[in-house]
Amino acid sequence: MNTSLTANQEKKRTWASLPWGRWGLRSIAISYLLVMLIIPLLVILQDGMREGLTELWRQVTLPIAWHALKLTLWTSVVMVVINTTMGTLTAFVLVRYEFPGKEILNAIIDLPLAIPTLVTGVMLVILFGPQEAVGAWLKEQFDISIIFAPPGIILALMFITFPFVVRSVQPMLLELDTAQERAAETLGAGNWTIFWRIILPPLTLPILTGALLSFARAIGEFGSIVIVAGNIPLVSQTAAVYVYGEVESENRLGASAASVVMIAVAFSLMMLADYLRKLSKTATPEETS
Amino acid sequence: MTQSNVQLSKFSLAVQRGKWMGWVMIAIVLAYISVLILAPLTALTFNAFAKGPGEIVKSFQQTNVLISFWNTLWIGLIVVAVHSVFGTIVAWVLVRHRFPGRDFINGLIDMPFAISAVVVGYMLLLLFGRNGVLFPLVEATGIRVAFAFPGMIFATLFVTLPFMIRELIPVLEAFDIHQEKAAATLGASSWQTFWRVTFPALRWGMIYGVTLTFARAMGEFGAVLVIGGAAQGNMMTTTLFIYHAIEERQYITAYSAALMLGLFSLVIVIGSNWIRRRGGH
Repeated sequence: MNTSLTANQEKKRTWASLPWGRWGLRSIAISYLLVMLIIPLLVILQDGMREGLTELWRQVTLPIAWHALKLTLWTSVVMVVINTTMGTLTAFVLVRYEFPGKEILNAIIDLPLAIPTLVTGVMLVILFGPQEAVGAWLKEQFDISIIFAPPGIILALMFITFPFVVRSVQPMLLELDTAQERAAETLGAGNWTIFWRIILPPLTLPILTGALLSFARAIGEFGSIVIVAGNIPLVSQTAAVYVYGEVESENRLGASAASVVMIAVAFSLMMLADYLRKLSKTATPEETS
Repeated sequence: MTQSNVQLSKFSLAVQRGKWMGWVMIAIVLAYISVLILAPLTALTFNAFAKGPGEIVKSFQQTNVLISFWNTLWIGLIVVAVHSVFGTIVAWVLVRHRFPGRDFINGLIDMPFAISAVVVGYMLLLLFGRNGVLFPLVEATGIRVAFAFPGMIFATLFVTLPFMIRELIPVLEAFDIHQEKAAATLGASSWQTFWRVTFPALRWGMIYGVTLTFARAMGEFGAVLVIGGAAQGNMMTTTLFIYHAIEERQYITAYSAALMLGLFSLVIVIGSNWIRRRGGH
């Protein structure tokens, strides 16, 4: 405490002797963010609100736009449920068990972050396309279409966001003290009780953070979905693809309205994730359990 | 909690709960990842080679493919250069300075991660397009932004904004400020202090930030598609080229280019993981 205080005082003194350096850096940083980030965001917000909130609402609730937004939301929710479960399980297996190929598995988790999403879309079409072996078989046996249909969207989203929950849960799981589990076991608790009562509670915040990040990322996904789901209004057109179509056909009102809604959703999700991350930083594992 | 205790508890976990449950969970995870991630990768590789490697070589002899890879490369390099300079400054200011609105700005930096790439392209179109807010500026300077390379670079810059900053912030936070103080006491100028003391500490974080930024820049599609418009021929980046090839049903060409692009990004990201491990992070 004492040393950091003196360090702070010292820092203030060195900076104070160079006020131009301090203000120069700060104004460079802020103007950079203004130009790169804030002005573009403000312009689209202003454009969406140009005709007032009622017009924005009318544009968003037009059947095609409304369907696209709903489709985006429900496919993302399905993806989040699957990935939260599988991501937590994957993190658990990676932290708690030793098995051959574990290192390779750990590296594979990050692959989706490295592969361009357009390439992801191409890969899924090759695997599940109606004319391809697996896709044709699924269609014949189970009458399931994946490509150009919602299952394809969910699959693409699952692929792209798979690392988020795993990477968010893993560090917390590593920190967890297994003595509590041992104690519970000694007291006669079953596997399920131990999982629900001891392991899961401290993992709640990291799981939620990972889920929110996946959700936020999924809402705006375009590259893979335009390949996998195509651009069929009222069937497989998601919000991002809808905005693309409206921009291409120069429907400025529609494109701006849907964009504003998507930005608002993204913004609230990111702020919530940020808040949760701060919460889990301040709460140590001992306090939460 | 001592190390031996943790070891012991792990051991007892495996023994008492019975090994089978662990193996079932491992099997589920392996199956899931095989179907979700490995199967599509394998499918792409096999289909690119479906008509033999000769066909791939042939598709890479098209000048458009080569030009698109070249465009992707130099746009990526510009983006990396810009973010290396300004990203470092932003990270520095966010860690070292205290000013009103700092928390808010810190939260905003992640926005490009969540905003749809299409919306990013559209924002830039609203700024620099024919009816755009900044169109007078475009006319005055004569530099076309929309449907031209500057717009595509700008779009890629927006999309990759968080990576450098997010890599550097933890490194700067962990950095011991006493070292800078000592350097200053010994008479180093603030410029010297930065290059000789702070910069070497940031090096590994920076390398990782650069590779992540570059990999993301290479894969950017939606934003570049919208701001680049119907970019044709020598205006295309690799992702745009793949998209057009699919639309024109030149599948082998599209698959080969996709495989190549995927491999490049993989090598970059895996390479940076290796660098990170060597750097001890």
